[in-house]
Amino acid sequence: MAGGTYEKYKSDGSIGGNVLEWVDARFPATSMWKGHLSEYYAPKNFNFWYFFGSLALLVLVIQIVTGIFLVMHYKPDAALNANGVPVAFASVEYIMRDVPGGWLIRYMHSTGASAFFIVVYLHMFRGLLYGSYRKPRELTWLFGVGIFLVLMGEAFFGYLLPWGQMSFWGAQVIVNLFGAIPVIGNDLSILIRGDFVVGDATLNRFFSFHVIAFPLVLLGLVAAHVLALHETGSNNPDGVEIKALKDANGIPLDGIPFHPYYTVKDIVGVVVFLMAFSAVMFFAPEGGGYFLETPNFYPADPLKTPPHIAPVWYFTPYYSILRAMVWNFFGLDAKFWGVVAMGASVVIFAGLPWLDRSPVKSIRYRGPIYKTMLSIFVICFVILGYLGTLSPSPMGQIVSQVCTVFYFGFFLGMPWWSRMDKFKPVPDRVTFK
Amino acid sequence: MKKFLIALLFAPLLALASGGNVHLDKWQGSVSDKAALQNGAKLFVNYCLNCHGASYMRYKNLVDLGLTEQQVKDNLMFTSDKIGGLMAVAARADEQKQWFGATPPDLTIIARARGEAGNAGAGADWLYTYLRSFYRDPNRPTGWNNVIFENVGMPHILYGLQGQQVRNHETHKLELAVPGTMAPAEFDKAVSDLVGFMVWMGEPQQEFRRTLGFFVLAFLAVLFVVAYALKKEYWKDIH
Amino acid sequence: MSNQGKMDCGRRRLIVATAAVGGAGAVAALVPFVSSLLPSERAKAAGAPVEVDISKLEPGQMMTVEWRGKPVWIINRTKDMLETLPKLADAVADPKSDREQQPAYAKNDTRSIKPEIMVVVGICTHLGCSPSQKFKKGAEEGMGADWLGGFLCPCHGSTFDFAGRVYKAKPAPTNLEVPPHVYLADTRIMIGEDKKGA
Repeated sequence: MAGGTYEKYKSDGSIGGNVLEWVDARFPATSMWKGHLSEYYAPKNFNFWYFFGSLALLVLVIQIVTGIFLVMHYKPDAALNANGVPVAFASVEYIMRDVPGGWLIRYMHSTGASAFFIVVYLHMFRGLLYGSYRKPRELTWLFGVGIFLVLMGEAFFGYLLPWGQMSFWGAQVIVNLFGAIPVIGNDLSILIRGDFVVGDATLNRFFSFHVIAFPLVLLGLVAAHVLALHETGSNNPDGVEIKALKDANGIPLDGIPFHPYYTVKDIVGVVVFLMAFSAVMFFAPEGGGYFLETPNFYPADPLKTPPHIAPVWYFTPYYSILRAMVWNFFGLDAKFWGVVAMGASVVIFAGLPWLDRSPVKSIRYRGPIYKTMLSIFVICFVILGYLGTLSPSPMGQIVSQVCTVFYFGFFLGMPWWSRMDKFKPVPDRVTFK
Repeated sequence: MKKFLIALLFAPLLALASGGNVHLDKWQGSVSDKAALQNGAKLFVNYCLNCHGASYMRYKNLVDLGLTEQQVKDNLMFTSDKIGGLMAVAARADEQKQWFGATPPDLTIIARARGEAGNAGAGADWLYTYLRSFYRDPNRPTGWNNVIFENVGMPHILYGLQGQQVRNHETHKLELAVPGTMAPAEFDKAVSDLVGFMVWMGEPQQEFRRTLGFFVLAFLAVLFVVAYALKKEYWKDIH
Repeated sequence: MSNQGKMDCGRRRLIVATAAVGGAGAVAALVPFVSSLLPSERAKAAGAPVEVDISKLEPGQMMTVEWRGKPVWIINRTKDMLETLPKLADAVADPKSDREQQPAYAKNDTRSIKPEIMVVVGICTHLGCSPSQKFKKGAEEGMGADWLGGFLCPCHGSTFDFAGRVYKAKPAPTNLEVPPHVYLADTRIMIGEDKKGA
């Protein structure tokens, strides 16, 4: 839809009109505006789950803008300053105290990191609810999985930068995971760190990845994600293809222009989101010790591991899966299989478009099997996440192993159980009010 | 069926969640009590700042406690000659490492660092309990031990005020053996003020943050009303 | 479905209201970002007034202290040096210090509070180089034979006399800047502050 099939802008004779005509003759301004907004037809039956896409975009902008300002004051330097504190750690407190308005910018960024994952998890769950990953939107979904992977990397690199105890030991543990890969593992982790321990070299390269490399890739993937979506058109809570039924002008009967209808609606979503965001940022910026972990208020100390280390909450489900693997297979360490399981638990989302064999997309027309499986999956995900914040325990291990089995069972069994359900007939038109 | 599954899955978690934590006395002070904060600041610079730095903090910030720059200079400023200077420790980090075996940690954000996941305010309770839980222990090189920080490297700096406690071998309770210059209630108040100062110092703008948050939320509520009305207006078109 | 021509008054009013409230919020959101560009508390502390002890500064000598990252010269001028100043009234661009390059209390013949003690920022008013000392009279230091002593900026050749006044027809537009300063005692100067103990 975003092609050059739109008529070029004709000036009405005013100065502004002339400028616009001049630009439009040389740049696809009109066609972009119409193709992606004013004549991009979205299903009219979006519910609140459809806010999280635009909210993810908003958080991305918040992170980039606040990040730009934080980089002006932050120093990626592990050396100790005159007071015996690492320069990087001290520079964060410098931002919090000495830079005018710095504390607010930093809280926006730290709250934004957690908000990003909340929004993205809900956005992904929406996909699971309504089958948004199904044909013809497989590529949109794959770009989305790519965004999720890059986002995890971005968050991981960023978390090292405050150079607190959690930053340091979290990076230490995660980088050592690569040591589990047979033959090349140890050399690989040294290559990643650029040192034999997490040190100044690691901090500087993570800084570079966090502020340049990964944001660039992220922006590219986000553009691809949106372009692919606008090529196929959006799915909706009914999982009905609105392009199947069009009026005389070729406009889908159940479609409405994204602008102004969804722009004004998304503004409402944005305001509600900002209220929740501000409530956390102004009244509980530590997020109860989950958004800013308390041990990270101690500067990194390579000689002393904190008594209890846990990743930030958004990584804990995968961390639990890592810890759940305690068996050696095929002559390879449990550690290796833990890494494999953790990696697989993220990448496996990419397989969804082909694993799901049900004749309908939306949960509205699926039967009890899908509803039960999805509920168990979400419960397992939450339990794994919760267990990941706790210290390891025998009971926790068994529970997380059970949940890990369910987690993978959800995906790997899908080609069978997704077919067996009792389905309801899907209507031709979307349900609206 | 679903409910049963949920119950089954969450049951073991309850067992996990109830961990055995040390009992902490609740800190009951407030960071808006200026007089208490001033008293805490005085205790802090007199007792803590000799060994611990507060090196992200500037003396100038103490003005926010309701003091003038001159009052800060005259009463609280011992380790810097500039009002804009940092509240660094008088001793050098490497020398301290020789004396104490470890560098005493910087205390600027200790109240935040001592918080817990799920209870970020626990740092204040920990400090409040810790500073009142020293007892005589002849087996320690310093002659002091602490109930909630076993074999702590720090001696009891406030013992002149609190007196000397001993630990009863049977009840494991602390008993005051030699009284200090302060009555127990008076000492608790002093420690509470000191903790309040450290909580405030962890984030000096925290009161302003909450005030600002209130206005931001009020503003967003107004924006919500107009944005929602605008949405309603447009969506009248859609049937 | 088309909304063309349906832009009624109520709708327009709501758009304006949302845009106005939202715009106000956006402007308010700029405040922390713009203010973060201002000098931080650390910069302000580093730019705080500097106290200088000049009891060991012999006549004819100059010392340099740092204030806000800039060199501030303190020159104890000899009688000989001071006598050159009136002679140069026609040679310098602004003999009476009419341009605001000094606090009011230094707008006098010697551009100083005490006649012999000159306090001046050692930064050329042309493009910010720091001029070098050329205190000796005549051609001895590579200046012209009629040189009465002062400063030469090595970058673009501006010359200044012992009161920091710029010579005519030189690239530098104004005299050197006299910073705010105050005598705390006879031989103690506070640079960067006008009043005692402020």
